[in-house]
Amino acid sequence: MKDRYPRMAESEVTPKSIYLSRRDFIKTAGVVAGSMAIAACGPLAGDNAPPGPAATVPPAAAPGAPARKDELGDAATAYQDITRYNNYYEFTEEKEGVAPRAAGFKTSPWDVQVSGLVNKPGRFAVEDMLKQFQPEERIYRLRCVEAWSMVIPWVGFPLAKLLKAVEPQAGAKYVRFETLYKPDDLPGQRSPFYPWPYQEGLRIDEAMNDLALLATGLYGGELPAQNGGGIRLVVPWKYGFKSIKAVVKIELTDTQPKTMWSTIAPSESGFYANVNPQVDHPRWSQARERRIGELRRRSTLMFNGYAEQVAGLYAGLDLRKNY
Amino acid sequence: MNHHSPAWLRAAVHIGGWLPLVWLAADAPAGRLPVNWIQAVEQRTGLYALTYLLLSLACTPLAAIGGWKAVLRHRRALGLYGFMYAALHLLAFVGVDYMFDFGLIWADVGTKWYIIIGTTAFLLLVPLAVTSFRYWMKRLGRAWTRLHRLVYLIAPLVLVHFALSVKADWSGLRGDVGRPLLYGAALALLLLMRISPLKHTLSAARMRLARKAS
Repeated sequence: MKDRYPRMAESEVTPKSIYLSRRDFIKTAGVVAGSMAIAACGPLAGDNAPPGPAATVPPAAAPGAPARKDELGDAATAYQDITRYNNYYEFTEEKEGVAPRAAGFKTSPWDVQVSGLVNKPGRFAVEDMLKQFQPEERIYRLRCVEAWSMVIPWVGFPLAKLLKAVEPQAGAKYVRFETLYKPDDLPGQRSPFYPWPYQEGLRIDEAMNDLALLATGLYGGELPAQNGGGIRLVVPWKYGFKSIKAVVKIELTDTQPKTMWSTIAPSESGFYANVNPQVDHPRWSQARERRIGELRRRSTLMFNGYAEQVAGLYAGLDLRKNY
Repeated sequence: MNHHSPAWLRAAVHIGGWLPLVWLAADAPAGRLPVNWIQAVEQRTGLYALTYLLLSLACTPLAAIGGWKAVLRHRRALGLYGFMYAALHLLAFVGVDYMFDFGLIWADVGTKWYIIIGTTAFLLLVPLAVTSFRYWMKRLGRAWTRLHRLVYLIAPLVLVHFALSVKADWSGLRGDVGRPLLYGAALALLLLMRISPLKHTLSAARMRLARKAS
């Protein structure tokens, strides 16, 4: 295991040169937004502008910006692709239909309620968390359970920072997350075929792992509604559905939380849902994936290529049983 | 089978048969396919194939119960369009998705039921497509009718193939069950309408209505 997957040095996980403080970003974004307004009459604007709240492409995603790569050397997926191809059943089951439907969804201001087995429960505004927890850029692979994948430059902060701030009690063994439940704004929540609201969970040691991110931005810009804004979880070593979007509640508990997909089909989606090419979905293969933008399928990596950072969490655990 | 079919119906069937392909072919260069376009092509051709199979199965009840005999002239064409989209669906999977790498296909999906069932349905459809011409109909006689009853097995197989390929729990009826349920209900209805007591009741009811109207 150790030699099969390249080690990801700490400096590579979060390249210092592209750390982005929120204030700097807002400053540049303002300047760029101003120049974009002029450029909007030009031939480049229009067709390429993604729908949704982030109507302007962040400067980092504009043509000519330095290419972003993950630590394995793979280029980040294009901004337009990341923001127009989304699994987000709260809007629609059609992946390409999410962005247009999310266009009017309000992602700011956004609050998260942290409760349960903690000494300092409370309501946290995203705005305040960004001041307190220094957001940074993390370029992560995202592997969907449907066997497609992307490389996504998130902006966010480790979940561990928020958890430490609320001081988990000794009895806290799991972290439970819940998506906003508001069928008026999230019309998919009227579908009777899903147990709304969307919920997810992590073991506390998984949640404290440095890779687990609360993301508030994309390509140095805002996090568009279709990508899970106001704030979302990103756990890159697990299938995409674990990275719950539009989080409004985080609760620390002593029992394993129910999760959306393990409630729907417990024999197919487990609580852990770690990316594992050796353990197939009962009905289809997980050995390979199609990276968005590539023609040929590529091999899926154990823990989505993050074995070095997370394999230790599952020592002694039968991953075939705990899928 | 010699019922006269109006020109508009013939036109509707053939324009309708090619339209999804033209639409797909137009979407691709216009950039209207999603970034995961291979999957989109697979899913769309699959849905078209199932749709045309259901349309071909709708002809008999429309004629027997609805009294609309003209549609019987188009049953074969609708079935063949179904076969065409099924072939494109398979070609997209084998040729585009897996680039004819049969070793890879076997390793990935050789033991997966949705592939086994889908492939079986396609293989069963081949003899029906091949023998759908007058020459074979005459040559095979009664055997032709028996052979083409295979569609009552094929259509449910296609539906199971569809249902197994979505993220859903079928015992609890949760997940992405909406669309397969819709197609399943249509198929169930079309098959039920072939069962004689129901067929006779519905057809008698229609005749009574027709008499009243005149």
